[in-house]
Amino acid sequence: MKFNRKDLLGMRELSREEIQLILDTAIPMKDVIKRDIKKVPTLRGKAMVTVFYENSTRTRTSFEIAGKYLSADTVNLAISSSSVQKGESLRDTIKTIEVMGFDLMVMRHSMSGTPQYVARNTSMSVINAGDGQHEHPTQALLDMYSIRESKGTLEGLKVAIVGDILHSRVARSNIYGLSKFGCEIRVVGPSTLIPPEVERMGVKAYYSMEQALRDVDVINVLRIQRERQEAGLFPSLDEYANMYMLSNRHLKYAKEDVLVLHPGPMNRGVEISSEVAEGSHSVINEQVTNGVAVRMALLFLMMGGSKDEIAG
Amino acid sequence: MRLLVKGGRVIDPDNDLDQIMDLLIEDGIISQIGIDIDQTGAEVIDARNMLVCPGFIDMHVHLREPGFEYKEDIVTGTRAAAVGGFTAVCCMPNTQPVVDSAPVVRFIREKAEKAGLVRVYPIGTISKGQAGQELSEVADLLAAGCVAISDDGKPVVKANVMRNALEYTKMFGIPVLSHCEDMELSQDGQMHEGYFSTIYGLKGIPAAAEELMVARDIRLAELTGGHIHICHLSTKDSLELVRQARARGVNVSCEVTPHHLTLSDEILGDYDSDAKVNPPLRSAEHIQALIEALQDGTIDCIATDHAPHHREAKDCEFQLAAMGISGLETAVAVIMDRLVQEGQLDVYDMVRLFSCGPADILGLDGGTLNIGARADLTIIDPAAVRKVEPEKFQSKGKNTPFKGQILTGWPYITIVNGKIVAREGSIV
Amino acid sequence: MGVRDKNTIMDEMAIKRALTRIAHEIIEKNKGVDNVVLIGIRRRGGPLAYRLAERIEAIEGINVPVGILDITLYRDDLTTLASQPLVHRTEVNFNINHKTIVLVDDVLYTGRTVRAAMDALMDLGRPKSIQLAVLVDRGHRELPIKADFIGKNVPTSKQENIAVLVQELDGDDKVIIQEIIGDS
Repeated sequence: MKFNRKDLLGMRELSREEIQLILDTAIPMKDVIKRDIKKVPTLRGKAMVTVFYENSTRTRTSFEIAGKYLSADTVNLAISSSSVQKGESLRDTIKTIEVMGFDLMVMRHSMSGTPQYVARNTSMSVINAGDGQHEHPTQALLDMYSIRESKGTLEGLKVAIVGDILHSRVARSNIYGLSKFGCEIRVVGPSTLIPPEVERMGVKAYYSMEQALRDVDVINVLRIQRERQEAGLFPSLDEYANMYMLSNRHLKYAKEDVLVLHPGPMNRGVEISSEVAEGSHSVINEQVTNGVAVRMALLFLMMGGSKDEIAG
Repeated sequence: MRLLVKGGRVIDPDNDLDQIMDLLIEDGIISQIGIDIDQTGAEVIDARNMLVCPGFIDMHVHLREPGFEYKEDIVTGTRAAAVGGFTAVCCMPNTQPVVDSAPVVRFIREKAEKAGLVRVYPIGTISKGQAGQELSEVADLLAAGCVAISDDGKPVVKANVMRNALEYTKMFGIPVLSHCEDMELSQDGQMHEGYFSTIYGLKGIPAAAEELMVARDIRLAELTGGHIHICHLSTKDSLELVRQARARGVNVSCEVTPHHLTLSDEILGDYDSDAKVNPPLRSAEHIQALIEALQDGTIDCIATDHAPHHREAKDCEFQLAAMGISGLETAVAVIMDRLVQEGQLDVYDMVRLFSCGPADILGLDGGTLNIGARADLTIIDPAAVRKVEPEKFQSKGKNTPFKGQILTGWPYITIVNGKIVAREGSIV
Repeated sequence: MGVRDKNTIMDEMAIKRALTRIAHEIIEKNKGVDNVVLIGIRRRGGPLAYRLAERIEAIEGINVPVGILDITLYRDDLTTLASQPLVHRTEVNFNINHKTIVLVDDVLYTGRTVRAAMDALMDLGRPKSIQLAVLVDRGHRELPIKADFIGKNVPTSKQENIAVLVQELDGDDKVIIQEIIGDS
């Protein structure tokens, strides 16, 4: 199995074998993180840049440290304070970054499809670190890594994704990734936050937590944005919390060894209760470590290797 | 000055004509149609295996002038029309300033006259400043040369304004061309709402955003007895509303674009903003309904909604990209290739939809091969194979989702007033 | 690019004898094995390290810790490879600080693998010393590295390949010399 992609834009395009390779490669990477000397020389002489058009300290830091553990030079571009405000076009910004000699760009953007646009217009490798409501492939990969690490397999698991499915790139990427491993995927949330024709993605949609969580192996809780309430998609955060906040009373519907995930940052008391977040089923902190490991695996697979084949 | 179009398949739906014949043009007028016309002293166009049609009319284009000459101007727009096989275009009034007064109408007509290629019929605004509040001076606009009114690009939000427009235009016998969109439902929408908007994570524009306004405008036409024309109709239920209204005797007509007939929302997966358009490309189910409606006569004409944009407006983040497709230079080839050659649309119906269809809606002098009529002709080579190369467009707008496609069936010669203005993709 | 087997230079018995001898040499050189650990380089260095440990235990009655080192992340040719080699885990579940490490591999050739292995070890801790044991030394060093314990010296040309087969991975114990045919 080889990983021959210039870019990683979404889980939809990845094959099961490619996902497996990334997850397998992340295992030794996690070992590196746990050592005293958390650095290998693998990507010495390579340069990567994180370009975030939307705030996310968590994901950006994760990519940054992943690059550093592998000895790549890592630069963060704080875009809000930079050229956008001077009215520079995205194409020009990208070109400027490219000619500085970066090998890889990690991009977060609030608008769906922007990494696709960028990837088409640059010779750098592009990793999508979340685009609008479209995809967030590295989050799905770290979720899958965490599930596989705990459950031993992904095959045939029942996974419930809870919350604002409509606006969630995490949900979409998880659905694409997990369905390649034969998981039974359920989405649950208020009907205004379930996207149109979602069942054509091969998932089952629920409005009731009790029904959705019955016998599930994994619950992935999504972050709810206050602005959705302001847009009139549900009446109040209280009502949302009453119906959809994952709390201990819900866990009894699920399997006894159910795993609880959350991509962070959490709104405690809104989409997840503190008892659950800190309880024995939660792997929320482990997810963060796994995120670094998975991103190291990706950086290694995408930035190592020459562009042209060299015999022998 | 004699021009003989020899041995072509002459198709004139206005006269129920479809036969291989010769057509003679003398001094800009169609003087004779028949077999073996004497060619003495005439310039001869060998039209064997060609379709000889009444000049095509595109009743919905944006020429962008005045105000947005960086997107298109009347010269480049009419050049695009000519090579696209159109002998006449109706230009929408959402320019800068908008076409809500006679001087702007005269400006456009003078510019078009000077360009000297195809006929340009301006359309005036429904409301002053296109603001949706007070009616424009319709009589004045018509006197200056407008053929209809429209606030295209913006829907008329207020029902009473639309009611008054329909009531008022009734006495002039012109249609109100309506851009049907409920802006609250379509707000921030990037593409058709459905499975693919879910997959691509783009905010959807539900079909209902169009249908609500189609229903309202039809009801207002019914109330007033005015003529409502639905611009760029794109959904299955809009068609159903038109059918039902017609059955009740409402004066309603509608147009559909080549892109809505041939491209589905699925193609937005690579976030190519050239396919971003309003109304959005719909799902396969709607496309099928549109094609059936072409066949059964529910749709009166094909119009491009030619919406040229400059590169920067498209070469950016998908969500920030402007909506619109530069359509004049591909319309005929797309319909020929995707619908006629595929057996989805009879060639005779295609000619009707491009010629007498729009002429009848607007009461234009054209769209026919009557003896004595002005010699506006579109000659099509159904066997011509060409690739869509936007960089070679006459239009300033290179924004087409058909780029790179190889299509069969292209305009061969465009004749306006008996004069050849374009031949095989080039201005003569 | 293919290879053709030329001849077998070590059979099962020869390998056994060589490992036994190396085990004795390790004990002798280090005056016992109290502070010695064995670390095999993935893949074939691993089984060889375990076998050496068995022999040392048979001789000395002491169970020497064995670890496995994956050197992929330390290779110096990563940027020249078209696609990345698989990375496996390093399994060194003991502290290597102040230990005498005997690094074990099947073939010593250019020395680049051993260079990578030493770098990898340094990132795991600070050993007292590192020694090198190989089953076959085929020459052609590109770095100033030499083995402390050698099963067999085999003069080769660069057009030849040495293939070490071990029971644990290949179902057979032998060392064969192969000719590289064709070029691509």
